[in-house]
Amino acid sequence: MDELIERSGAHIAAEVNTGRASASEVVDATLSHVDAVEPAIGAYLTVLHDAARAHAARVDERVRAGERLALAGVPIAVKDNMCLTASRTTCGSKILEHWIAPYTATAVARLLDAGAIPIGKANCDEFAMGSSCENSALGVTRNPYDPSRVPGGSSGGSAAAVAAYEAAIGLGSDTGGSIREPGAFCNLIGFKPTYGRVSRYGLIAFASSLDQIGPLSRTVEDAALAYDAMCGFDPMDATSLDRTPEPTADALREDLRGVRVGIVREFDTKALGTDLDAVYAKAYRDLEALGAEIVEVSLPTAAYGLATYYLIAPAECSSNLARFDGVRYGLRVDGGDVRAMYDATRAAGFGPEVKRRILIGTYALSSGYYDAYYVRAQKARTLIARDFEAAFAGCDLIACPAASCAAFPFAAKSDPYSMYLMDYYTIPMSLAGLPALSVPCGWVTPEGGEFPMPIGLQLCAPLFGERQLLGAAHAYERATQHALARKPLPAQVRA
Amino acid sequence: MSTGYEAVIGIECHVELKTATKMFCGCANVFGGEPNTKVCPVCLGMPGALPVPNEAALEAIVTTGLAFGSEIPAFSKFDRKNYFYPDMPKDYQISQYDTPLTQGGTVTYWLEDGTHKSCRLTRIHLEEDTGKSSHAGSEDGRIAGSSYTLIDFNRAGVPLMECVSEPDLRSAQEAVAFLEALRRTLLTLGVSDVKMEEGSLRCDANVSVRPIGATEYGTKTEIKNMNSFRSVERAIESEIERQIETLTSGGRIVQETRGWDEFNGVTHSMRSKEEAHDYRYFPDPDLVPLAIPREDVARMKAALPELPWRRYERYTAEYGLGSKQATQLLDNLALASYYDRVVACGGNPQRASNFVLGDLSRLANEHGVAVADSKVSPEHLSELVALVESKMVNSKIAKELLERAWEGGGSPAAIVASEGLAQTSDPAAIERFVDEVLAANGTVVADYKAGKENVLGFLVGQVMKASRGKADPALVNELVKKKLST
Repeated sequence: MDELIERSGAHIAAEVNTGRASASEVVDATLSHVDAVEPAIGAYLTVLHDAARAHAARVDERVRAGERLALAGVPIAVKDNMCLTASRTTCGSKILEHWIAPYTATAVARLLDAGAIPIGKANCDEFAMGSSCENSALGVTRNPYDPSRVPGGSSGGSAAAVAAYEAAIGLGSDTGGSIREPGAFCNLIGFKPTYGRVSRYGLIAFASSLDQIGPLSRTVEDAALAYDAMCGFDPMDATSLDRTPEPTADALREDLRGVRVGIVREFDTKALGTDLDAVYAKAYRDLEALGAEIVEVSLPTAAYGLATYYLIAPAECSSNLARFDGVRYGLRVDGGDVRAMYDATRAAGFGPEVKRRILIGTYALSSGYYDAYYVRAQKARTLIARDFEAAFAGCDLIACPAASCAAFPFAAKSDPYSMYLMDYYTIPMSLAGLPALSVPCGWVTPEGGEFPMPIGLQLCAPLFGERQLLGAAHAYERATQHALARKPLPAQVRA
Repeated sequence: MSTGYEAVIGIECHVELKTATKMFCGCANVFGGEPNTKVCPVCLGMPGALPVPNEAALEAIVTTGLAFGSEIPAFSKFDRKNYFYPDMPKDYQISQYDTPLTQGGTVTYWLEDGTHKSCRLTRIHLEEDTGKSSHAGSEDGRIAGSSYTLIDFNRAGVPLMECVSEPDLRSAQEAVAFLEALRRTLLTLGVSDVKMEEGSLRCDANVSVRPIGATEYGTKTEIKNMNSFRSVERAIESEIERQIETLTSGGRIVQETRGWDEFNGVTHSMRSKEEAHDYRYFPDPDLVPLAIPREDVARMKAALPELPWRRYERYTAEYGLGSKQATQLLDNLALASYYDRVVACGGNPQRASNFVLGDLSRLANEHGVAVADSKVSPEHLSELVALVESKMVNSKIAKELLERAWEGGGSPAAIVASEGLAQTSDPAAIERFVDEVLAANGTVVADYKAGKENVLGFLVGQVMKASRGKADPALVNELVKKKLST
């Protein structure tokens, strides 16, 4: 059973569906592994021992009754910004530290309905704001490939859980790179679908126009499996796409013949240092070796992505986070009157990064500044999206770095701007709403580092191009097998 | 107010729409109920919950706009109005800022004397209502001195129409007449109950004054807290008076929000313009822009019912009703449609109106039953109108027949036929009754002939009695006089 939990979700589901293993056995093995490694990893804020076993028993019943479930018995980690009925849902924030969700997010509900088992609620940067998980107010998560380094963020808990075999699949949310960057840092597939493909209902909003749920997994096949189970229109989310879902499981390819892959002229990997430059150069050659035609494309406005993002996302967050006021739920710190209560509650409940973004966003939306900041940022967003459209006229996929470095040590990016730069390559796709993923493409031992750390290649497709995207990633994964080159450190994983 | 000043008034009102469910969730939209029972994660603003627009509410606004001849832009969107308030669950209100669902339009209204006026609309937009706070522990239920506040979110998320007028109104009476016309229209369209006492209609007035003949507007104040048409009238009058007094005594009007104090009959300052919020409006990223298909607009336009001012025209110009009668009917839509059915059955419009607003309404009031729910069907009433019209029965019998129909007696025409109650207009038959009465009352006849002409009424009454009320009173009168003079 210990061996089984290191296998893919697809493999586990097949074992459970055919009766060679039961969901309960998988869950028991997973939970005892979680209990053993959590002190070293810290992926979860809440481990759902009882709920997981109850879900497993139901899945076993369904399988015995003859049902075949796409994710039968597959242990999943749910980022703690997604609601799950009766579970603590904190967003990594003191303001929601003791909040119990009264309903379940659509994406989570769909996975559970497909037989997945929720093992726990995974740590994240507070309200998904950050790129290292260090902004969580409730716990530290370590990178399973080097405990002195961050797992990435904001979906760092989900990523660490999957990397350390504490779940087969992790649910993350990506606003500017929060699935792709931790995916890259933890040797995983981190997949952000087209905006609107997966319902946001029950995902606690950071920036509504950018937030998108997606999977973190150890294989492309698992990413496809999870995506297929949770995508599709949701009447509870007005921004979810009302179009026929296009399942991806049958789109996984073995080669890239006939695929034009665009390399972005403005994303010069030399700037990332010789080691990373070499990894990406090799990655592009490998794509070509698989039959892809490599072409150069241009994204002239992508460089403005970061500035654009840091106006739009904070503006939306300043409004989205207003509801955490101590009146109805979550933390309340009493004051003399209601205004003083608001102030005291929000001062005590939000961490520094969240406060920073609320302030930036409030400023950007204020009367007199709105046109100069918010409106111009929206125009820039449109231009960036048009750049991608133009680029996709000449290619089918874009390949570029997923992050500008490997996982870094704790406290290495204490200056907020250096942390924001981590999302330089992922933000433009988020602004354009495009589907994108990171796939392991090599290993680099960072300067001063003790262990080789995984590097991620980002692939991006046109809107609704999930089939091409996952198909190509699968071909690359199968041909290169970078993810299998190393296992997480036994000292952490087999404590 | 012959002070050389004229008032300039604009109205802003909020109307709760009568949809089955709330604006952005599936909770029931009903007034009252146990606190916090008509709620869900969406209308409570729970983390992660998302709004989905109620199409019936969108249609209600577009229909209302069409009724007033407003333009329905092809593009509209929802915006967030950001401010903190404990009974507003998300600490922002989903509203519409620069792209309302309807723009322009005109409300046609009329004054008591029948004068028609019109007031332009600026816009009508859609937003969500807030919850309701009850401050406990203070003597007057106000927040000052209260020890805690209870919040009921049943109302949170109820669809709210905001309707803003241009400053076209010139008196408190015009403002009320405008509101009444608006109310009648919304009731006719069935989009709201428009009950001020239940808060489904709430309105604010922007008031300024200027010297008669001036073209510039004076500084305006916004009056709030008016909870009946009567208080709207009183508040505006009081504010006009205050402004004129301030100006004539050399003072200056400050742009501010003023609250109406119903008890003391004055407005008092609530907050100045400088204290106004910066609402940081921006497009709600949880909602996609609204494209209102032109064919839907055309369908809604074609489905508009007869609107109140058209009906008023029909009643006054076509049916010859007075302004007061027409207004009375229009103020009770159930009564007006009952009336229309009576007329449709062939009843004379004027007589039908007299019955409906007179004896029938009186019976309805006495019994506490709505006319439309009574046993008097429109067919019955139109028969009665026809019986009177053709002088088949006189007014006394008509009244009796109406009361019998009220009690469930059924068709007045059938009763008249079966009981032989038809008015006798046959001179020969009446003459026989007259002869009988004159013969039996020799002394009275002698009195009359001696000049006591006031006994005529007695004799006529006796004849009517002899005919069991069926004789045509005019004919009786005529015949009695004729016999006595020979």
